[in-house]
Amino acid sequence: MNNPQLNESGELQHLLTTEGLPAPILLKILDTAESFVGVTERDIKKVPLLRGKSIFNLFFEPSTRTRTTFEIAAKRLSADVVNLNIAVSSQSKGETMLDTVNNLSAMHADMFIVRHSQSGAAHLIARHVRPEIHVINAGDGRHAHPTQALLDMFTIRRYKCDFHNLRVAIVGDILHSRVARSQIHALTTLGVPEVRVISPKTLLPSKVERLGVHVYHDMEQGLKDVDVLLMLRLQNERMLSARLPSAEEYFKHYGLTQEKLALAKHDAIVMHPGPMNRGIEIDSAVADGKQSVILPQVTFGIAVRMAVMTILAGN
Amino acid sequence: MRIFIKNGRVIDPRNGIDAVNNIYIVAGKIVAIGTEPDSFQANHIIDAKGLVVCPGLVDLSVRLREPGLEYKATLESEMRAAVAGGVTSLACPPDTDPPLDEPGLVEMLKHRAKNLNQAHVYPIGALTQGLKGERLTEMAELQDAGCVAFSQSDKLLLDTRVMMQAMQYASTFGFRVWLRPEDASIADSGVAHDGEVATRLGLPAIPVCAETIALSKIVLIARETGAKVHLCRVSSAEGVAMVRAARQQGLPITCDVAANHIHLSEMDISFFDSNCHLVPPLRGISDRDALRAGLVDGTIDAVCSDHAPVDEDAKLLPFGESEAGATGLELLLSLILKWAEEINIPLAVAVAKITSEPAKILGVKAGDLSVGTAADLCIFDPGQHWRVEAPILKSQGKNTPFLDMELQGKVKYTLADGIIVYED
Repeated sequence: MNNPQLNESGELQHLLTTEGLPAPILLKILDTAESFVGVTERDIKKVPLLRGKSIFNLFFEPSTRTRTTFEIAAKRLSADVVNLNIAVSSQSKGETMLDTVNNLSAMHADMFIVRHSQSGAAHLIARHVRPEIHVINAGDGRHAHPTQALLDMFTIRRYKCDFHNLRVAIVGDILHSRVARSQIHALTTLGVPEVRVISPKTLLPSKVERLGVHVYHDMEQGLKDVDVLLMLRLQNERMLSARLPSAEEYFKHYGLTQEKLALAKHDAIVMHPGPMNRGIEIDSAVADGKQSVILPQVTFGIAVRMAVMTILAGN
Repeated sequence: MRIFIKNGRVIDPRNGIDAVNNIYIVAGKIVAIGTEPDSFQANHIIDAKGLVVCPGLVDLSVRLREPGLEYKATLESEMRAAVAGGVTSLACPPDTDPPLDEPGLVEMLKHRAKNLNQAHVYPIGALTQGLKGERLTEMAELQDAGCVAFSQSDKLLLDTRVMMQAMQYASTFGFRVWLRPEDASIADSGVAHDGEVATRLGLPAIPVCAETIALSKIVLIARETGAKVHLCRVSSAEGVAMVRAARQQGLPITCDVAANHIHLSEMDISFFDSNCHLVPPLRGISDRDALRAGLVDGTIDAVCSDHAPVDEDAKLLPFGESEAGATGLELLLSLILKWAEEINIPLAVAVAKITSEPAKILGVKAGDLSVGTAADLCIFDPGQHWRVEAPILKSQGKNTPFLDMELQGKVKYTLADGIIVYED
């Protein structure tokens, strides 16, 4: 079965999911991102790599953070960026998603960055755009958020160097998380020997072990000797849909406190995709503590997105 | 009209016939098989050498989309699709717009269908008004208007008390109740089987227990009320096992499976192929294998197409937003033949699953080639390959998981009431 993300030469044509991407491609993105970290620290934060290219942010699901990081990344590459907040545009007049895409393609877009509330939306768009257009998935339903996972891998490599002797734990609502799914595929592809998920039963998808993870319901057991803690955000909806009773009980058993962090390795790093719910999945002492690399994640996020756009535009 | 069909391999499962023979048709009825009647002069001769001649297919679930849903398909197009698929009797579920809960609507549908002079249409009436699951429909009136059974189609009953009383009321008159075993609150907004594929793709999922919990409710209520129940579209291994156990305990319950489900599984969803967005969902490979085994041992009585033409726009959406369903009338024969060939069972056994068995479930005179009955026949070439392509399909729905695939088994002629209503 051909991989919808790769062209006939095996090069990246779209970035839709970390699943099914060979390690060399993931590593190429991380290596390219290294060179861009320097750019964001300069006074003139621009390189002309994507000058003249039109990048359209197609956000069918609202987001300020992710959209802004993509916009910054594109502008640092000197690309022209158009932001489309589809909730207020023609979508509400009944135009189909693909009609919107077709109209924009006719305006000579080079790249679409798509966020949608439904799993599979980016795949559908990628199947229907003209061959010259590249699609980056900025998050589709519960399915995937590949650039988030890639910046998380970049961060892990920065602080831990070698994926091959790490224990990584992902804590929280795996069931609803596109970030978790993308992280799991990236971690296993890059050779992390032990990936753990720590979650109550109501927040775990069926047969999740088949993705190559060890399942823990007890956070204290799950965090023993862990090198990297990937925290996930908890949404209010989980209480409303009878999966959890309260944020307080969740915090007691699955929230990251300094006591729980002490069970991991002494030099373990703490990560979070943001935005954080302080006091629900993580307490402030840890979020602002010396083991937290949450702010560097944001910086690396811009470099990684610059890398993805550059690689796609070059293929 | 006097028709002579010669040299065909006649397969009539109900009468235990599987042999090369001749069939004589006069004035819409089969008048003889084998021996030519006295002074018979044919107007029309069909040489069925190398072909199979079987009863016209009986399809237990065909959405004609009338009344109300004509932008998806029309009665004319879907009736053409039916005979192109060799189907001469079909049951249509009540989920039209408005639903088939009024005798007038049923009469109009029957009248419109009859005037097309193609397949016989047997409407399934709504079990509750508007399919809302609150108040009972006038089942006796609906039966007088032509309904052969009552169902909720895919509007699952939320209220167990209403389900029980509806079945009790139907049972008062000996009416059949057709139910799709799925618990609405567990299924919730699920769109795929709760298994590895839904986990990878991040799709809201429907666990097997949605089927088994509903099934056990239905079985217990059937036992209580004595209602004649038919289960529509079993989808799981555990579901099949429960039906088997209920039958072993003497409960006269019947069930069917959709043709797509005996071949496909959750794996076929692949990269979010919305043509595989079906109801019930395509489940795991072991579920599919159990459905196939259930067909062999008779736990599952019949196979239907579960025909649901969907307009292109409604499928060109992200999986979870796309409309569920597959067009199926024109693939039913090929898919049952494919199953028969793969597990090496006699053609007659396979043909029974789409002729005599569904006719029994419907309770109508159809599905066999007895002398004196209406001449509803399907004549097909079991060896001919054909490609499932949008322009070839007569149905307005081109939404099938088998699009652009090659299948075997082509209908060459379909006769309804002794008239050739389709010729390849």
